[in-house]
Amino acid sequence: MSEQATLSRRTLLKASALAGGGLVLTASIPMVARAATAAAGGPAEATLNAFVSIAPDNTITIVGKNPEIGQGIKTMLPMLIADELDADWNQVRVTQAESDAARFGPQLAGGSFATPMNWMPMRQVGAATRQMMLAAAAQRWGVDAKGLKTELGKVIEVSSGRSATYGELASDAAKLSPPDPATVTLKDPKAFHIIGRAIGGVDSPRVVKGEPIFGVDTQLPGMVYAAFERSHVFGAKLKSANLDAVKAEPGVIDAFVIEGNGNAEQLVDGVAILSNNWWLANKAREKLTIEWDNGPWGDHSSQRYDETARAAMASGKPQEPIVSHGDVDAAFASAAKVLDQEYFYPFLAHVPMEPQNCTALMHDDGAIEFWAPTQNPQAGQGSVAQMLGITPDKVRLHITRMGGGFGRRLTNDFMHQAAAIAQKVPGTPVQLIWSREDDVRSDFYRPAGWHRLRAAIDADGKLTGFDDHFVTFSLPGAGAYNPAAMAPDIFPAKYVPNLRYAQTQMETRVPMGALRAPSSNALAYVMQSFLDEVAVETGKDLPTLLLEMIDGREKEPDERGFMGVSPGFNPDRMRGVITKAMAMANWGKPVADGHALGFGFYFSHMGYFAEVVEASLSDRKQVQVHNVWAAGDVGSHIINPFGALNQVEGSIIDGIGQAMGLAVQIENGGAKQSNFHDYQLPRMPITPKIHTEFVITDNAPTGMGEPALPPVIPALTNALFKLTGKRVRSLPIDTKLFA
Amino acid sequence: MTYRVNINGEVRELDVPEDMPLLWALRNELGMVGTKFGCGKALCGACTVHVDGVAQRSCSLPVGSIGADSKVTTIEALEKTEIGRALQQAWLEEDVMQCGYCQAGQLMNASALLARNPKPSASQIDSAMAGNICRCACYTRIRDAIAVVAEKGTANV
Repeated sequence: MSEQATLSRRTLLKASALAGGGLVLTASIPMVARAATAAAGGPAEATLNAFVSIAPDNTITIVGKNPEIGQGIKTMLPMLIADELDADWNQVRVTQAESDAARFGPQLAGGSFATPMNWMPMRQVGAATRQMMLAAAAQRWGVDAKGLKTELGKVIEVSSGRSATYGELASDAAKLSPPDPATVTLKDPKAFHIIGRAIGGVDSPRVVKGEPIFGVDTQLPGMVYAAFERSHVFGAKLKSANLDAVKAEPGVIDAFVIEGNGNAEQLVDGVAILSNNWWLANKAREKLTIEWDNGPWGDHSSQRYDETARAAMASGKPQEPIVSHGDVDAAFASAAKVLDQEYFYPFLAHVPMEPQNCTALMHDDGAIEFWAPTQNPQAGQGSVAQMLGITPDKVRLHITRMGGGFGRRLTNDFMHQAAAIAQKVPGTPVQLIWSREDDVRSDFYRPAGWHRLRAAIDADGKLTGFDDHFVTFSLPGAGAYNPAAMAPDIFPAKYVPNLRYAQTQMETRVPMGALRAPSSNALAYVMQSFLDEVAVETGKDLPTLLLEMIDGREKEPDERGFMGVSPGFNPDRMRGVITKAMAMANWGKPVADGHALGFGFYFSHMGYFAEVVEASLSDRKQVQVHNVWAAGDVGSHIINPFGALNQVEGSIIDGIGQAMGLAVQIENGGAKQSNFHDYQLPRMPITPKIHTEFVITDNAPTGMGEPALPPVIPALTNALFKLTGKRVRSLPIDTKLFA
Repeated sequence: MTYRVNINGEVRELDVPEDMPLLWALRNELGMVGTKFGCGKALCGACTVHVDGVAQRSCSLPVGSIGADSKVTTIEALEKTEIGRALQQAWLEEDVMQCGYCQAGQLMNASALLARNPKPSASQIDSAMAGNICRCACYTRIRDAIAVVAEKGTANV
């Protein structure tokens, strides 16, 4: 495993260990009161803890701790604090935290972790701050705090009706010892006045005016821009470059070779070109001639991977087991009917709209400062420090708003590149920007995968055996790589009496990483499509088969957990969303002529989603999606319905887009695709009507960034089977199948 | 060579090569970073500006090709028009955005659409906006927000 992966995984594990109980995490959140500090150009603002400051005019500034990539976290986490604080949302202003584990605890945009990890701790911060307000008022009035209440940013004495605003009390409150957040009393959820309200994004008013707010909008005095040329062949080493020719190009300030450190997640070999205008730096790349040593990787291709994988599946001999129970061979030997099919899904790129970029300034004392659009800032600080040979406290990181993430910015290669360039020009801020071509061709791709699936069905039409030979990738020296792996408890693992998952790994140098709903975005398609085949074979529909499979089953013990925060898989919650989606879509009732419905269910990132797609084919056999019904269970509260619905809708269109047309192919050791002409994202005209409902259950709220995506893909391909009798066993959908 | 370009009502001097795209003159020469870089090939619409009221992709529009009499409008001046303000308000009320990076281009494209066709049909909205990618796929809301302005008009902004 690479160092970067180790570091980021370690951060995640640390985060999850803390989050095992919210109380543990909370204890790590500092509540140190500080003296009143003067805000620049404003009145003295009392800083009550790392998250809350209150000005005399009763403006409450709440720090949003996590990176904002469009998932709405900069709005949602402060809502939790503000509600328990009994603030009026109109008096709240939100600022973005710097990367600082000691002050803010774990800061990460990934894994749909933020909601389960912060639901309790952020509420506790709000409640503890409210308690300080009550104590300050009690002290000022010489009364018992028991006779006081709070309401919309004020403390009120119940008996007399006299009141004081938080702003009037804040400087006194800041002198008090903060209570232990773990011991404070939280609100009865019935009293929530902000949680559950649809609240617009706190940055949106600035975005619609075009104000500088994203990473690539960073402007610093004396800043120069950098373009970076690397090999399109993954793993290639730079032998020589004609730097002098490039330095002679218009506007070029300097050009130099960056020597990689052998870790693609940090720094690859390349040439950096500096200019006062990025376009000039990038244009000068046309004059570059670089001699590369491709090593053994220059002839890798998707075609070769496919041939190798198909041969492995045909051999019937996986390299290693993943999980096995019952007597699989006996189930197949005695089966009345055996299904045996191969499924495939391709590499995918993330392509967030804001191309990768990072601004770095190497200070004279060897410290480095970043303005970085990163989903994983603390890991970036650690690995950059290690690369530069400095201590992490010498790495200051301003987290910028990001133009999308989707998992791409969990890997901080752009930070390491910016650091290596900034190191060459100490004292000068450098903004590294990638072209879209750089982004598409230098990604950490969703791994492609192959599955040979077999199902044994007995004479009574029961699914008695299930066998998956999965062919996936490993990186040299790294073994099984997480985003390309299949966990042993992936549905239907525990719901078929005789079952075996096994795998074969192929070595590759193609960089791989987590794409929104990693693993699930591929496995939902494979498993729910193949189970639909089983359902068809046994004369029933998929939701009926799924409900039969979980009939009478209890909540599973939490043996694997999900990064330590999983409550365990609960068939009741699965049942709840399946029956809800069926009702929403009028499942089983007639649909418009030439239309068909398809079903998909998946559990990922602690969320349960069942989705129904209504599709048809145009006269030209193009896939058209008309409606999608989504039923989700993410627990007891939809904290911000605006953000939650936006995530469901975005996830669904994202999944449909992947199924309809996205693939990265490897040719000559690199990615064939390069920009939006050959990596065609979904656009407005293909957008269906999306109908979302939440099943509210008595479980702690969980995240929304990912779980709505996986089931829409099989729901679409299952609808197309219903419509045409043709089974989509390879993504993206090849409409020639329907000709 | 020096070009004089009218941007948001102000004539700005740009000492740049004639083939420099307007996008990079705006962002790196003038520090006007509201107009966004997305693809560099006029494929995504993130960089949309108006030239004489018509939506154009500034990443593929050479500075040297902009006439001295032409008027360039960027997202920074969107609020100067009634349509622009109405769209900004609708964008906030419908909570359109997720990451927001493409929204400057979406808003500029939508405002050009409504300026030439104040009451577009649903399919006219779809086809007019098809050149603008939203990777977060906020399409249902972009569509709704434009329809709201088309229906309500711009009287209240």
